[in-house]
Amino acid sequence: MSSGKKSIRALGAKLLDGAELPIRIAITICGWSSILFVGAIFFFIFKEAAPVFPHLDWGEFFFAHRWIPIPAEGNEPSYGAMGILYGTFAITVVSMFIAMPLGLGAAVYISEFAPPRRKEWLKILIEFLAAIPSIIWGFIGLVIMGPLIQKILGVEVGINLLNASIMVALMAVPLIVSISEDALRAVPDSYREAALALGASKWEIVYKVLFPAARNGLLAASMLGVGRAVGETMAVWMASGNTDNIPENFFNPLLVLERVKALTATIAGEMPDTVHGSEHYQVLFVIGIVLLTISVIINVVSDLIIKGIRKES
Amino acid sequence: MADSQEYSIQVRDFNLWYGDFQALINVTINIKPGIVTSLIGPSGCGKTTLLRSFNRINERYGNVKTTGEIEILSKNILDEDVSVASLRQNVGMVFQRPNPLPISIYDNIAFGLRAHTPRRSLRRTEVDHLVEEALTEAGLWEAVKDNLKRKATGLTLEQQQKLCIARLLPLKPRIILMDEPCSALDAAGIERIEELISDLKQRFTIVVVTHNMAQAKRASDECIYMYLGEIVEHSPTAELFVNPKEEKTAMYIQGRYG
Ligand SMILES: Nc1ncnc2c1ncn2[C@@H]1O[C@H](COP(=O)(O)OP(=O)(O)OP(=O)(O)O)[C@@H](O)[C@H]1O
Ligand SMILES: [Mg+2]
Repeated sequence: MSSGKKSIRALGAKLLDGAELPIRIAITICGWSSILFVGAIFFFIFKEAAPVFPHLDWGEFFFAHRWIPIPAEGNEPSYGAMGILYGTFAITVVSMFIAMPLGLGAAVYISEFAPPRRKEWLKILIEFLAAIPSIIWGFIGLVIMGPLIQKILGVEVGINLLNASIMVALMAVPLIVSISEDALRAVPDSYREAALALGASKWEIVYKVLFPAARNGLLAASMLGVGRAVGETMAVWMASGNTDNIPENFFNPLLVLERVKALTATIAGEMPDTVHGSEHYQVLFVIGIVLLTISVIINVVSDLIIKGIRKES
Repeated sequence: MADSQEYSIQVRDFNLWYGDFQALINVTINIKPGIVTSLIGPSGCGKTTLLRSFNRINERYGNVKTTGEIEILSKNILDEDVSVASLRQNVGMVFQRPNPLPISIYDNIAFGLRAHTPRRSLRRTEVDHLVEEALTEAGLWEAVKDNLKRKATGLTLEQQQKLCIARLLPLKPRIILMDEPCSALDAAGIERIEELISDLKQRFTIVVVTHNMAQAKRASDECIYMYLGEIVEHSPTAELFVNPKEEKTAMYIQGRYG
């Protein structure tokens, strides 16, 4: 009886073995296809940009503040993108200064302090925030935030670095909140009880227990926030003033009131006016490569940090 | 002299509800210092709930209502003006599953101290000393003295549970509550934790919840039998197991032993 059962099971296993091969092949293809897509994206962007590589003045591209792709009659164009690189950098930094405390704070409130019903409401609200298309954020930047900045700060123009950064921050916040909140919620409740029973206050528990315990996830959240800020196009285009501009003094906080031009907005704004295969067109693809490289670096760095943390523990 | 009081925990007409469900009914008991008191009873009878009322950690559930009094160190801990932080300094708790914090061994032991003392007034050498003292007392110092910076979550379960006991000691608690402290351990671990409990008992009031009647017999001096949220019997352990006063207690003990 039992030996009969055994042989049936063996037969079943064999049949499964037979079916396993095609399944395994299919899964392998799926796995490799993502690598294929990434490879293909790199390939096509490089292919479009490549013809300009030999005669692009790279020194000028990275270190000159002179972006004149369509010069006046009789002049040579120049592609000094430093101002645009600065623009993306500035929007990223300023928006993260706003989004990280806000996002982390909201995540802590939702996961640790809010009563259950309010927790649900807030989560729905934040999901809604995440679903707002970026063009709407652009509108809000133009129509609401711009005048608000003018009024509150008493400045003439409200379409600037600050405006774009606030819009990007608001777009990054839902991402940061939901990933941070997941990370905090994943911290075992027994840690909270342990600390509580030792007499720690709720706030002490947050920064002495939850932050260290959820470090990986919180880091991943902020990295994704940075990625969001670097890659955002539409809202930045509309709310930043889209003007190539480098401040004279980097330590003057008023630089947030100046207009900037971002890499993404440059591509989106200028691509329609270029002739396919022209030099300007190719340089815009070089900017695409820069963006792609930044996002690869962000990913690799966050991976390394997370791995490093893992090894340490 | 501070212990001139006969009892360290006095519970009077204590009732507790989770929402509409009454988990503790008219509990009245007196628990003595310097001995181990065990709480036994079938699953769901309210042992954990009663234990968690002594440091008010049950309150975190939000749906908990209570009436009655729990007097600890001559103060009704359910009064409005009681500071839960200082209550929990006096009343430490060890949990069913060892729950060291995911920080270093050293920081685990210093955690309570740091939570209760302003940062400035803690001197490094003093903390070092208290950490060593606590770990030594819990029989863990030799094993971890070279790895104090290592994460406590990497220790064996038995070591983790010892650490969880050790981290209470720098706070100089008067009472230590333990909720099935051995249920995650193997036989050897159980034996050593029981030894540790009996080493500590002179200086503290120890209340241990246990499912294991042999353990209650071995490790406790007095025993409280609970059933469906009520106290059925509270007697010296030897008496309760040999000569139970109540029919229900007798049935429970016999049921367990076949
Ligand atoms: N947070 C809670 N919310 C609602 N009901 C609860 C809660 N905690 C416990 N209870 C209920 O209260 C009763 C007593 O639970 P308690 O955990 O104190 O029992 P116990 O004696 O410790 O049981 P066990 O031996 O299984 O640990 C049980 O019926 C349980 O379902
Ligand atoms: Mg229990």
